[in-house]
Amino acid sequence: MSRISTYNHRLLPWLLLAPQLAITLVFFVWPALQAVKQSFLIEDAFGLSSEFVWFDNFNELLHSEAYYSSFATTFIFGIGVTLLSMCSALLLAVMADRVIRGAALYKTLLVWPYAVAPAVAGVLWMFMFHPTIGVMTYLLELVQIRWNHSLNGHQAMLLVIIAAAWKQISYNFLFFLAGLQSIPRSLIEAAAIDGAGPMKRFRDIIFPLLSPTSFFLLVVNIVYAFFDTFGIIHAVTQGGPGSSTRTLVYKVFDDGFIGLDLGSSAAQSVILMFIVGAMTIIQFKFIERKVQY
Amino acid sequence: MFRKTVGALALSLLAAHVQASTEVEWWHAMGGRLGEKVNEIAEKFNASQSDYVVKPVFKGNYTETMTAAIAAFRAKKQPAIVQVFEVGTATMMSAKGAVYPTYELMADTQEPFNSSDYLAAVTGYYSTNDGKMLSMPFNSSTPVLYYNKDALAKAGVEPPKTWEEMGSVGKKLLDAGYKCGFTTGWQSWVQLENFSARHDIPFATRNNGFSGLDTELAFNSPLHVKHITQLAEWQKEGIFSYGGRRSDSAPKFYTGECAMYMNSSASYAGVKSSIQGFEFGVSELPYWKEAISTPKNTIIGGATLWTLKGHTQEEYKGVAKFYTFLSSPEIQADWHQFTGYLPITHAAAELTKKQGFYAENPGTDVAIQQMTSGTPTANSKGLRLGNFVQIRDIINEELENVWAGKATAKDALDNAVKRGNELLRKFERSNS
Amino acid sequence: MVENRRWLTLFSHLVIWLGIALVALPLWIAFVASTHSSDMIMSGTLPFWPGEYMWENYSRILFGDAADAVGVSVSTLLLNSLIMALGIAIGKIVISMMAAYAIVFFEFRFRLFSFWMIFMTLMLPVEVRIIPTFEVVASLGLLDSYTGLTLPLIASATATFLFRQFFLTIPKEMLEAARVDGAGPIRFLFDILLPLSRTNIAALFVIMFIYGWNQYLWPLLVTNDENYYTVVMSIQRMLAVGDDEVAWNVVMPATVLAMLPPVLVVVLMQRLFVKGLVETEK
Repeated sequence: MSRISTYNHRLLPWLLLAPQLAITLVFFVWPALQAVKQSFLIEDAFGLSSEFVWFDNFNELLHSEAYYSSFATTFIFGIGVTLLSMCSALLLAVMADRVIRGAALYKTLLVWPYAVAPAVAGVLWMFMFHPTIGVMTYLLELVQIRWNHSLNGHQAMLLVIIAAAWKQISYNFLFFLAGLQSIPRSLIEAAAIDGAGPMKRFRDIIFPLLSPTSFFLLVVNIVYAFFDTFGIIHAVTQGGPGSSTRTLVYKVFDDGFIGLDLGSSAAQSVILMFIVGAMTIIQFKFIERKVQY
Repeated sequence: MFRKTVGALALSLLAAHVQASTEVEWWHAMGGRLGEKVNEIAEKFNASQSDYVVKPVFKGNYTETMTAAIAAFRAKKQPAIVQVFEVGTATMMSAKGAVYPTYELMADTQEPFNSSDYLAAVTGYYSTNDGKMLSMPFNSSTPVLYYNKDALAKAGVEPPKTWEEMGSVGKKLLDAGYKCGFTTGWQSWVQLENFSARHDIPFATRNNGFSGLDTELAFNSPLHVKHITQLAEWQKEGIFSYGGRRSDSAPKFYTGECAMYMNSSASYAGVKSSIQGFEFGVSELPYWKEAISTPKNTIIGGATLWTLKGHTQEEYKGVAKFYTFLSSPEIQADWHQFTGYLPITHAAAELTKKQGFYAENPGTDVAIQQMTSGTPTANSKGLRLGNFVQIRDIINEELENVWAGKATAKDALDNAVKRGNELLRKFERSNS
Repeated sequence: MVENRRWLTLFSHLVIWLGIALVALPLWIAFVASTHSSDMIMSGTLPFWPGEYMWENYSRILFGDAADAVGVSVSTLLLNSLIMALGIAIGKIVISMMAAYAIVFFEFRFRLFSFWMIFMTLMLPVEVRIIPTFEVVASLGLLDSYTGLTLPLIASATATFLFRQFFLTIPKEMLEAARVDGAGPIRFLFDILLPLSRTNIAALFVIMFIYGWNQYLWPLLVTNDENYYTVVMSIQRMLAVGDDEVAWNVVMPATVLAMLPPVLVVVLMQRLFVKGLVETEK
């Protein structure tokens, strides 16, 4: 980040930085420190009495089956969302890359779910699969499938995965399409002349060349599934039934805001901060070594 | 001159202050039509006098409302009144520095108040051991048995009074071509909590938690196990059909799939408007005759209004006035008749009777009778357990394992007790 | 195309249209539901085509109270969402640009430190530090205010990085030339950097507008006064009716209206949106 030509003012840079730094300090650093402090305390809900307990909260988490199962849930959810969303986006992108006419229109018709709020996306899908009045529930009934995601944990998981993946298709589609379009035509033509069919060409040439994009998207999608899907889960299942859709981020909210166990919730926040930190660094590496677009 | 001006200014400011009505914020969890009714009550109160303005704010469901109020308290922005559901009672009670007990509030503001005007079965849940009311009852209900009159007539049976009868009634219903005998809403509340009260056995030690935070769960007694085992068997045979944790099973009754349905008396209005093509009746919850000859009263669910500390004396005066208004027979009777919640005072029950409501709506008085039969015992006064929201979740999880045939009743209840006790210990630790 | 396989092309079109239809299905159903009566929706057999309650449903929530649970009209909610989204988008852009300008074009102590502190915010999503942040905002007296809705969310590492990356590509000769012309740092910012950053700003604006509009948990927590409710969070309020039945004929049109503005922004400003996505790389 060194530059040769710079200004040499004393005050001005600080004035310019002040708003950003002030907001960061007041609304990020300070609350984060509070969370760290809270994670060493056991406190009643109203904050009237508290006891310093060192690492008891963390210790308890590490011995709690519920916490590990939340990890597992998050993992299944993350994998599910990533796979579903990336595979369908890849399929659509490959098809869109094949056709010449209509590609721009298709792009327009596929990008908009990105703009839908997670909570709203949740409501849309929940309405379609509503146990008593949902359209899809009705159709599934015709093929002898009883859909009730408020009772069936697997169905609940499936539903939040679908809703979350749906929202992310746009993003993946755009990046896959861009990745595909940057593959030199000559390469593909050469392969075609050698007699490679479309499937073989995809397997041997296109897919390997797409791998940087795919890897980048993998990281983005996992981060998305882990941290940006709170609204979907809150609107559709509220972590239930039981704990079958209680992801790590949801559990922080659930234990803190619903269960009023602030110490444990704060300890989970601290653990999450480390996880996000690690993921951000991985992601940052990619910002530096930019994926070709 | 200067002093005079300042004095005048101060006086006029004071006057302005006195003239302006004091605002009292009331956070509640009543959405939909109930929310409308809540607004109506507040408007009536505001119109009835000019000193105070009660401002109701809908804060989402019960859990959200309670936690929002607690978060606000930590940030010193709490409302004066917050509606808290019965499972939050222990949390609120333990927060001595945050809660302004109703009996103290009424005494401090010199508001005429007599706790014996209220139904003991309702206030018992929210009172200290020596009978002092900590919160103001607002919406209370108790589980009852709804039945499909047509179905029972077709099978040639009467609504079962006991669980023993339930078996034979259920079989006859199946024989008559019905898919399911009965279903239940809120399984922990109906089939374990109220079950314990009705059979006069403890749900938890230390008088169901009334006597101390060192309480332990006790709903894995032989009778509990027997009951859940029986339900599981019936689930296999089709006599019982599980339909979800809250009131999710309601459609099973509405559509005529299940002939009987146990749920809150406050569901009356919903049942009445939603049933499709049959007559329904209401009767008391069944009991095991072999275990108890005369069943005890059932316990309540629903919510009460808690007053939070940190406001001015003037605001508390308004709160007290509002509570009095809320308890007046007219308001209570109207609320009771509109919602199906229990009337909280004797006077409101009397008034409702006089207005001929029970005669016109047969079955609406079953809940009151069931609640007020006999004097509540230590086992039927109510429950006071910390972390109860999560404990109920655990119970739900474990019971669902039973219904799915994945666990025996004994194992599931033992497990629920064990997991629940851990949460109780945690609550004890953070509140002592 | 490499080779002309008509059926393959046709097949491709078919797959895409199928994909588009599947992706659009939830939106279509929501729209259809928003044009029917509550009874029709509750019956569980929603027709595939819109009904005749469209005008009634929409005009009621736009001009009357949205729901009893939310005592204001959806137009008020939409306005609040707009204020919040604009506040966040503009706020983020302004303070990030200033910060990036300071970091790239000035030599001062703690430059690296400042940079890393801003970078850290990436690691702290709002859901994770929600309770302490709420307490900070409450103690500053910012509950129930537009400031409370926007200010805590406008620190942005992503936007700062974007501007930093962009500023680093500006040739140093430009700065030299500006200096020779006697332009001070402020003039350089306004006369040269700002015009050059126009498309970046616009692209960022699209992304940040969506981010702001779609906020959910934060407005849910910091508003008690319905005059500050946003449309996205209000839908949750409309759904939480306890034992009563959900008024789907209110929820569905509100849902459609809540989606419309950000979707329109993305569709109409697609080019900028794509640019923004790629450059913020998340």
